[in-house]
Amino acid sequence: MHVEPTPQPTLIDASRLVIEAMARAGADAFIGYPITPANHLYRYASERMPMMMPAPDEITTVQWMTGLGITGKIPVTATSFPGYALMVESINMAFMMEIPMVIVLVQRLGPATGTATCGAQGDLLLLRGTISGGHPLPVLATSSFADAWTLSAEAVKLAVRLRTPVVLLTTKEEMMTAKSYDVSTLPPITPTALDTYGGDAPYCTYAVDDPHGVPRFLPAGNDRHQVRYNASTHDPCGLLQHTSPAAMANTRRLENKIRHNLASFTFYDYDPQQGAATLVVAQGICAAAAKDAVMALRLGNKAVSLLIPKTLVPVAPVYFEMMAAYERVVIVEENINGQLAELFFGAQPPAQVRTLGALGRMITPAEIIAEVEA
Amino acid sequence: MSHAILNDLPLPYCKGCSHTPIAKNTAKALEACGFRPLDVISVSDIGCHGIIDKCLNTHTVHGLHGRATALAAGVSMGLARPEKKVIVFIGDGGATIGLQHILEAARLNLDMTVLVHNNMLYGMTGGQTSGLTPEGFCTTTSAEGNPYAPYDICALALSAGATFVARVMGNTDTSADLVEAFRTKGFSLVELMEICPSYGVSRNPGRKLSTIIEEAGRPLGRWHRPPRQGLPEQAEKCTDLLASLEAVPPRFSHAISHQIALILSGSAGEGVQLASTVLARAAMASGCHVTQKGSYPVTVGVGFSTAEINLSPRFIHFHGILDPDYVIISSQDGLDHNLARIQSMQRGVLFIDTSLPVPDTEMEIVRHDFRGIGARNASLFAVFFFAHHTGLLDTGALFAALGQGKAAAKLPVDKIREALDRL
Repeated sequence: MHVEPTPQPTLIDASRLVIEAMARAGADAFIGYPITPANHLYRYASERMPMMMPAPDEITTVQWMTGLGITGKIPVTATSFPGYALMVESINMAFMMEIPMVIVLVQRLGPATGTATCGAQGDLLLLRGTISGGHPLPVLATSSFADAWTLSAEAVKLAVRLRTPVVLLTTKEEMMTAKSYDVSTLPPITPTALDTYGGDAPYCTYAVDDPHGVPRFLPAGNDRHQVRYNASTHDPCGLLQHTSPAAMANTRRLENKIRHNLASFTFYDYDPQQGAATLVVAQGICAAAAKDAVMALRLGNKAVSLLIPKTLVPVAPVYFEMMAAYERVVIVEENINGQLAELFFGAQPPAQVRTLGALGRMITPAEIIAEVEA
Repeated sequence: MSHAILNDLPLPYCKGCSHTPIAKNTAKALEACGFRPLDVISVSDIGCHGIIDKCLNTHTVHGLHGRATALAAGVSMGLARPEKKVIVFIGDGGATIGLQHILEAARLNLDMTVLVHNNMLYGMTGGQTSGLTPEGFCTTTSAEGNPYAPYDICALALSAGATFVARVMGNTDTSADLVEAFRTKGFSLVELMEICPSYGVSRNPGRKLSTIIEEAGRPLGRWHRPPRQGLPEQAEKCTDLLASLEAVPPRFSHAISHQIALILSGSAGEGVQLASTVLARAAMASGCHVTQKGSYPVTVGVGFSTAEINLSPRFIHFHGILDPDYVIISSQDGLDHNLARIQSMQRGVLFIDTSLPVPDTEMEIVRHDFRGIGARNASLFAVFFFAHHTGLLDTGALFAALGQGKAAAKLPVDKIREALDRL
């Protein structure tokens, strides 16, 4: 006879899950500074990470992280929009140098310093445009406690595998709300490691045969081979160039390595229902309301499907295949300008796409139901 | 690989530029210290000095304008190998942009050396004034002479915590000073004074570098601090964040049939968040699913303190509360914060302390003396009263949730029992 184990819930917030998952996945340094609503992450990191340094500001944060990454550490930080905005140039540097790191972006209400203790989903288009040249910076977004665990680990692994900064996107409501949760149900996490060059031939920091490839890593300070990291346009050996063919090929590779490997980090939950004409699309904090709304609609015999995209940048082609199958798509997001819809479709989404937004508050299941039934 | 720090490529600087002797003296000093090329990580900023990378046999890192010191700080932290040497090539422009990075690296006494190529202007971008341009020095953006006094980068670094700083003439043999800098355990900075041959010399005709330095009140010299600890060893904390969590298995019963939303609000310092946690843990011990979040002004020690709690027999997805089933108010601050919500509500139950005015509302009103047990525990008693009055939770679960530790010993458990017995 099968006996269900007794639930062992604990009262826990998702910030704790994020830091623990990242540490188990191999992140070994946290550089941070206080910023609401990322403060829980900062505190937990001070207890968990093998190395933890308080930085004086946001630019220093990512510079230190990059320096640590150059020596083989896998650094993490956590911030919100005001901090992320200041980090942008340095994130570009890490992207150009191909240094793995994870930036946890906990969204809050803007513009500017806005309301630090109010959640929002207003930073999506900033994330899409973070890298000069429009190159995609991978963005994974949590939509549940389970995601806070699995996607945090995936973010670390993705950063290492593709040698790139990765953003883990979340919101104040997700990171600062405690819930009863049985952590014994969480899957184990295996640590990742950098793919380190071990050859005898001279090392070229960015040399790789595959135009979509990820070069092997070697830390500065090693005793065997000279390494050159460069934030300026450079050739495969890391030497500064203007626009030489080799340098342009390298810059193209930065784009290609992300897009070519997109399928390996396309995460989503798709819950289709037979006969549904409407698809609700929601991510992050709105996904919770969408789950309740879809459940209620189905209890009322209204067929409706649900898509929770979790890889947001680059946009996965599979999302378009799913959305194309419905007469109506309702995109739910906690902003008033349809950023997720714009991320998917550009400035003018197709006619069958409707957006439901809100400013300074959470969108309720009732509002989603009303929009689906409108 | 060659043991020479510089390779055979010609140094790329203008004729007469002191960057050339600085590069040669840097190499000479590193070699004199016994550093092999792969012992050295050269981190270069944006500027003419920063194009030295291709001429170096060392590891090279080329960063952003002004940020090389911070980037190198990260390298120094990550390396933690005293036999290695991290050096920064930066100009006066970069030092101006990244002044905070220099101060921070000096404050932490990180093991690294910053070489400030102070040619008194931004050279690569066209000869503009920097924060280290001497007063009266002419640049392309200060044709009549810089009207502002410059930073004293050596004094700043030393006061921030650098172990060794020096100001030297860049066009002389500075290798002895550089040897001292490179042998320093901890943070060292050398300001190398120069005049840019392309933008500085022609705009300041007849002015000698030594005179400019003297008139600027920036004497050459070396300054030391007693050796001190750099970055301390980081303890291997690695505390498993899940291991310390206390599971709350269900052992009480409840009478909650669907998700209910509850607002608990009172004054800061009156135990609102503690009461919220006790209620949440009691509900968990009764087999309920729970969400809990706090809300309070930025000045956490005054004003209102509010908690939002959802209790449900099923897993809770959406935890937002717009229309609570219950509102528990234990103080005037809590009432003020929730007044508009209470006045607009058409349903639900309001538990409110007897000392407070009852707002105009369609809610069912339950008044009770929560504060009689003492203001600090008013909210805690209120949640006990709530459980008792509604019968949704066993008050035994709440007593169990108070715990057994030191903190619990300070709580008025007996008083709460007596008050409940009197109901």
